[in-house]
Amino acid sequence: MAYFLAQSGNALSLGGIYALLALGLAVVYSILGLINFAHGALMTLAGYVLVFAAVLGLPFYLSAPLAILVVMASAVLLERIAFRPVRGASGATMLLTSFAVAVLLQLAFQLFISTRPQVVPLPDFLTATVDLGSFAIGVNRVISVVVAVVVLIALNLFLKRTVLGLAMRAAADDFNVTRLMGIRANRVIATAFALSGLLAAVAAVLWIAQRSSVDPMMGLVPVLKAFIATTLGGLGSLLGAVLGGLLLGAIEIYLAAYLPDAALPFHGAITLGVVILVLVVRPQGLVGASRELGK
Amino acid sequence: MAPMLSATDLHVRYGAIRAVRGVDLAVSEGEIVALLGANGAGKTSTLMALVGLVRPAQGEVRFGGEVISGRDTEDIVTRGMTLVPEGRHVFPSLTVAENLRLGAASRRDREAVVRTRAEILELFPILAERSGQAAGTLSGGQQQQLAIGRALMSAPRLLLLDEPSLGLAPQVVDDIFDLLVRLKQRGLTILIVEQDAVAALDIADRAYVMVNGAIAMQGPAAELRASEQVAHAYLGATMAETHA
Ligand SMILES: Nc1ncnc2c1ncn2[C@@H]1O[C@H](COP(=O)(O)OP(=O)(O)O)[C@@H](O)[C@H]1O
Ligand SMILES: [Mg+2]
Repeated sequence: MAYFLAQSGNALSLGGIYALLALGLAVVYSILGLINFAHGALMTLAGYVLVFAAVLGLPFYLSAPLAILVVMASAVLLERIAFRPVRGASGATMLLTSFAVAVLLQLAFQLFISTRPQVVPLPDFLTATVDLGSFAIGVNRVISVVVAVVVLIALNLFLKRTVLGLAMRAAADDFNVTRLMGIRANRVIATAFALSGLLAAVAAVLWIAQRSSVDPMMGLVPVLKAFIATTLGGLGSLLGAVLGGLLLGAIEIYLAAYLPDAALPFHGAITLGVVILVLVVRPQGLVGASRELGK
Repeated sequence: MAPMLSATDLHVRYGAIRAVRGVDLAVSEGEIVALLGANGAGKTSTLMALVGLVRPAQGEVRFGGEVISGRDTEDIVTRGMTLVPEGRHVFPSLTVAENLRLGAASRRDREAVVRTRAEILELFPILAERSGQAAGTLSGGQQQQLAIGRALMSAPRLLLLDEPSLGLAPQVVDDIFDLLVRLKQRGLTILIVEQDAVAALDIADRAYVMVNGAIAMQGPAAELRASEQVAHAYLGATMAETHA
């Protein structure tokens, strides 16, 4: 039982990170129809900001917000430079653009920083564990769950209570009609990218808090997982992204915990097998809304 | 006095398709003007060009004395002209209240917005009743009321409507047209596109008839209503059937 509870904590923590990443993808996709594969590079960028901030002697409680701000600004800049010129183009064109951006950024990290992992110094409290009676869990995991929940609630309030948030949901429904409300299209899109940057950076900080290193490929795998999570939940739906992320985290962790040793090498394949099974039963994903925000 | 809205030699193209070919039209303050024509005549394209949702290939649009062709839709709406699009296009996943709130997104004066909102809820009591409900769950007629209410939230001086009767029951259509007359009495200027020529000519002061992207006829609504030529040549079955 204690083992199960400990694994459940891990599942929530990993699922929370996937949920944040999946949300970042979903926010942009629901408005622009763009699957932003450069999302992973944004995550990696957050990691390098943490590294440089540490070199400059900044404490973690300053370097983490700094990383978030830098990544938000970069996401908005990326939209201006790379995605605005192909806005309204076919899905394939936008997808290729985002691949190109992802590859370019990764090459830049390799060329200008290093191909080898860089250590991110973490404050001591992050590596401690909390004793919960029958089992113990890492502080980083607990923080991960708490931060994910807080961010999800804040995002939900933003989308429900502010005009800009409403405009983002409206733009996901119908972009031209949103402009008829007198709302600047560019502002809505910039906000979507800023939000996706925020989500990528928060996820990156939580990810790194459990690994304490960054390499040029760091964001690749988690964002690929996040993409699977959005598909699992229903591409473009916010609620779907969250549920998909949590479900994928749970599948991965419980399989790793309970598969017989002989099957462990096939862990990844079995995870994807379960995902495919879910999609066979529900091809539209768990929630099933396509390009709909805030439900 | 110069008209509130005027279009001169307006052209709209979609690639090789020439949807609008040299339209001239004008709407003066306080008028209801109808733009009639068969399906595919270019009415929607004309409205889209007026509000800047498509760029005119050629021609000029003036609103309140200013040239607005080439400007962004967002700017045009802020200047006091808006469109209730064909097919209503309420935001289905947003609630009725949220739809209305977005309608006023271009306005800064909060107290004035509160007053507008109260007036609109008085005009459309159903919107107050359904305030917290997702707009996508409303009936067609209710959605049309919401689409009009949402447009009015921006406090426009000129309201463009694209086929407000589309897909609605006759009784509901009557209500919508009665409402447009009341809005006119309150000082709103209206340009309405309709396939239901009889209903539109009943409330309009003047009308234009569009054929193949160009204005084929224009004049006072009463004259066009009496014209057999209009019925047969331009408005097709809609008018002939209603007369039968
Ligand atoms: N987005 C578009 N792309 C290509 N052709 C279009 C588009 N919108 C309208 N058209 C064409 O332009 C012509 C005029 O259409 P429209 O303005 O919708 O007419 P109406 O509103 O009078 O029915 C039609 O032939 C239609 O097929
Ligand atoms: Mg039309």
